[in-house]
Amino acid sequence: MAESIRPGKLDATDFLQIDELLSGEERLMRNTVAQFVTDKVLPNVGDWFDEGFFPRDLVKEMGDMGLLGMHLTGYGCAGTSAVAYGLACTELEAGDSGVRSFVSVQGSLAMYPIWAFGSEEQKQRWLPGMAAGETIGCFGLTEPDSGSDPGSMRTTARRDGDDWVLKGTKMWITNGSIADVAIIWATTDNGVRGFIVPTDTPGFTANTIHKKMSLRISITSELVLDDVRVPSDAILPNVSGLKGPLSCLNEARFGILFGAVGAARACYEAALDYAKERIQFDRPIGSFQLTQRKLVEMMIGVNNGMLLALHLGRKRDEGTLAAEHVSYGKLVNVRMALETAREARGVLGANGITLEYPVIRHMNNLESVYTYEGTNEIHTLVLGQAITGLSAFS
Amino acid sequence: MNIAVCVKQIPDPATPYELDAENHWVIRPNDQVLDDTDRVGVEVGLQLAEATEGTVTLFSMSPSGSLQGIRQALAMGADKAVLIDDESLKGSDALTTARILSAAVKREGYDLVITGTESTDGFTGVVPQMMSEILDVPCLSFARNVEAGDGTVTIERQTTTGYETVTSALPAVLAVTAGAEEPRYPTFKGIMQAKSKPVDTTTAAELGVDPVSSQTITAVDPVAARAAGDVVEDDGEAYLKIVELLEQVKVI
Ligand SMILES: Cc1cc2nc3c(=O)[nH]c(=O)nc-3n(C[C@H](O)[C@H](O)[C@H](O)COP(=O)(O)OP(=O)(O)OC[C@H]3O[C@@H](n4cnc5c(N)ncnc54)[C@H](O)[C@@H]3O)c2cc1C
Ligand SMILES: Cc1cc2nc3c(=O)[nH]c(=O)nc-3n(C[C@H](O)[C@H](O)[C@H](O)COP(=O)(O)OP(=O)(O)OC[C@H]3O[C@@H](n4cnc5c(N)ncnc54)[C@H](O)[C@@H]3O)c2cc1C
Repeated sequence: MAESIRPGKLDATDFLQIDELLSGEERLMRNTVAQFVTDKVLPNVGDWFDEGFFPRDLVKEMGDMGLLGMHLTGYGCAGTSAVAYGLACTELEAGDSGVRSFVSVQGSLAMYPIWAFGSEEQKQRWLPGMAAGETIGCFGLTEPDSGSDPGSMRTTARRDGDDWVLKGTKMWITNGSIADVAIIWATTDNGVRGFIVPTDTPGFTANTIHKKMSLRISITSELVLDDVRVPSDAILPNVSGLKGPLSCLNEARFGILFGAVGAARACYEAALDYAKERIQFDRPIGSFQLTQRKLVEMMIGVNNGMLLALHLGRKRDEGTLAAEHVSYGKLVNVRMALETAREARGVLGANGITLEYPVIRHMNNLESVYTYEGTNEIHTLVLGQAITGLSAFS
Repeated sequence: MNIAVCVKQIPDPATPYELDAENHWVIRPNDQVLDDTDRVGVEVGLQLAEATEGTVTLFSMSPSGSLQGIRQALAMGADKAVLIDDESLKGSDALTTARILSAAVKREGYDLVITGTESTDGFTGVVPQMMSEILDVPCLSFARNVEAGDGTVTIERQTTTGYETVTSALPAVLAVTAGAEEPRYPTFKGIMQAKSKPVDTTTAAELGVDPVSSQTITAVDPVAARAAGDVVEDDGEAYLKIVELLEQVKVI
């Protein structure tokens, strides 16, 4: 046995000293993204959210840093570890879930399918520009009548000579109206297939969805595909069936289970600072037992969430991560983040409802994060099936 | 052009650091970061190197620790680093620091030495001037808008009223201001390449410098708490009072 256990001087955020589990390189990448968020996102994000403005200028800068498709290899991608990608998502989402959503969609939903299932020509043609942030991608799976059950999709792709003709409507598509290229999933005679569709193809229309109260700095759109004709080399050759889109979603969910911890951390830190400063009944509100309990629960949530994320990240890098693990992480960490945000909102009192503080922005954003990439219920049923062997779906 | 950039690894200013109770030296953690001021020096060095197909060599005197601060500067794009890590240099004063850094850049060869104006942790703001004296080359201080070519370097030298345009022959020492350039972010590729870039470690003895410092820190006192400010009530003539106050502190 080592020396006796004594009280320590602990950091209020990294209470478990999880930092020690990161390599110097991982920390440097994490710190670089944190610096970027501090310099470029935080100063204006409240206004962007208020105005529903997407900061397009940041895209090129994120490309220059190597943030887009950072965990992919070759074709201009940085080729980092999965943990580094996760840590980047944590820092981006500590800024705003909308910025992280952009990076998730670009890297994991648009670049990843080309990288994993595309032909050599498709990779050469699309990936370098997407990695550089010169070409923006989006991912069209969800439809007005097909959400949690993507197998019910109605968008079709039919062969016409050498070409493919796509018809249908996609809904809730992040980046839709600003994308240069869309990955569209459609049913064919041989099951679900993915298509790389330049958004200037005739028949392709993107309509921005307005009046959102969540992810306001991220663009969400409806895509209308009215007999969109693409050549035979637009199809992703190396995957068919729902496992195509689902494997992309697993990549993105991996980023989200790290990202959510960032949003939670930002809310916890805002609440902690506020509770130490705000005086009521002649004492800082942080001295009240009720408030301390709230703060401690938030701190525990953030630390446990980071430990979980890092554990799953290490497994991803070792190649032992299962899809059910990703469901576990997405379910637990997003739920934790949403609870943390709501609790923090209360601690800030009236100030908690303004965009002067980050909390209500994160709280509203997390409602989307809770729903997209597999709702909380769907991931619960995935885990339910894993432990009972019984499927709730069929 | 052969560019030497002097960079300091310092304890992360975001996490409060402690002083040794006995000798008042900063207790240096294993993980130190690149001094923010020196990110600007690295940026200026990289831009000049890009313009002249030159190289950027980093020079730093500090305990190596995890080398995180140095790797950060290498990840920005510097080519290599020379680190002077020597227990006998602990608690060095600015003059010893300048002698060590001068000996190191001289040994490696240089056309231009770039430093910050003052460091974030020590902020004596004298190392560049001392280096120029020791190296016997001109010193261009408070520099921004740096351009180099044809054996000369031209800068805008910030003054209290504006700036002067100053040109000097190379070799020279250049101290850049904190706002001279917006430093680039390291790229992820750069971060991964940084670990395979050469970092040479050397000692005072190898550089032929006697590590004696004549400075001792006798006491460190905390900054007095700021007194509440004066409130000027505006009765329509408050501007006169404000002008008077500004004149008193010689701002106008
Ligand atoms: C901001 C935002 C951005 C998005 N970006 C994209 C994108 O880029 N690309 C894309 O393809 N999609 C995107 N989506 C869509 C998202 O993935 C879907 O909203 C999500 O899959 C849920 O589908 P739905 O909204 O149709 O809800 P539904 O599937 O209709 O679900 C409604 C409710 O019923 C529950 N439910 C459904 N089935 C079951 C069941 N078997 N048992 C118990 N409960 C069940 C759900 O959990 C939910 O609570 C985005 C959504 C949002 C909000
Ligand atoms: C309270 C106190 C505690 C101290 N504790 C320590 C200690 O624990 N360990 C220790 O080594 N020194 C210590 N010093 C000494 C101090 O760090 C030196 O004076 C310092 O090395 C040089 O002074 P400066 O940082 O003020 O340089 P400045 O003149 O303010 O720096 C200007 C520029 O010179 C360059 N430069 C300065 N120092 C270095 C360096 N070391 N390597 C590379 N480039 C450099 C940088 O480009 C910097 O931007 C302490 C000083 C004080 C006042």
